[in-house]
Amino acid sequence: MTALPPFQTLIDEHAADVMGVLRGAVGRGDAEDCFQETFLAALRAYPRLGDARNLRGWLLTIAHRKAIDHHRANGRRPLPVAEVREVAVNDPEPPDGIWSVVGALPPKQRAAVALRYACDLPHAEVAAALGCSPEAARRSLHEGMKRLRKELA
Amino acid sequence: MRAELQRLTNRAAEEGLLDVAYTTTDSPFGTLLLATTPRGLVRLGLPNQDAEELLEDLATQVSPRVLEAPAQLDKARRELDLYFESRLTSFDLPLDWQLTAGFRARVQRAIARIPYGQTRNYTEMAKQAGNARAVRAAGTACGSNPLPIVVPCHRVLRTGGALGGYGGGLPMKRALLQMEGSLDR
Repeated sequence: MTALPPFQTLIDEHAADVMGVLRGAVGRGDAEDCFQETFLAALRAYPRLGDARNLRGWLLTIAHRKAIDHHRANGRRPLPVAEVREVAVNDPEPPDGIWSVVGALPPKQRAAVALRYACDLPHAEVAAALGCSPEAARRSLHEGMKRLRKELA
Repeated sequence: MRAELQRLTNRAAEEGLLDVAYTTTDSPFGTLLLATTPRGLVRLGLPNQDAEELLEDLATQVSPRVLEAPAQLDKARRELDLYFESRLTSFDLPLDWQLTAGFRARVQRAIARIPYGQTRNYTEMAKQAGNARAVRAAGTACGSNPLPIVVPCHRVLRTGGALGGYGGGLPMKRALLQMEGSLDR
């Protein structure tokens, strides 16, 4: 078993990614609350975590669950994400209104698309974050992208 | 992101999830690492010690819930500043001794009582810790002091007055003793 690193390391290395995923998943206005909930839940569970190998995937899994909780709590109201312009500095500007279209995807597809493209996670880590097999993650991503292409065509 | 992280640290402290809080502070000798548990100061890292390694050790030996939280160490930082300005001669900080045990712990607690401006030798420390013949072990206890400066192991010298050793390097030990007036400049 690898020793668990100081929790601060997780914050230093992954906080920006977690925030990126949450902005994609719940919109900018609510991402901050989900961010707090994600890291507090992680901090609570951290000492009992048996495996220190995929801490990023573990954090993103928690973030994903917090995003789903958030949507449940809000009765799946439409997402106010259209105003999000804060993508990483060098990213090309996505087409107008894409986030509201992403936000309208079913939860699994939406999460897969956000993890893969807002956060640049490889497929294996998308799967780990979603808690499903790589094939299922690929499928969600594929379905999501197909739908996006159709919507945006 | 800074505000979010600040809020996170505050909430972690409120919910009792901040097992080890740390910060760094400047000193005339370089950067010091300070770490505290809810019980008190648990580790002080000297400038020549690898801060990252010290934090990893704390994660293993105390709790992996280690967060950078400078506010939790305001008092320790203030007292150290005053000490280095020669405006404070005795620290008033709660200490957490959990990183030490047995004979070493007894030696280190005895070191904590050596007054400012005075020195002892390793033999005296061994005797005070209850085993006059364990002089070498007393030396090891000084060397493994988790709270140097605050627990002033720099005030322990060899019998006859030679400096002995110091985790922060002999120039630092000499400078601390000179600052306290127990060694001629």
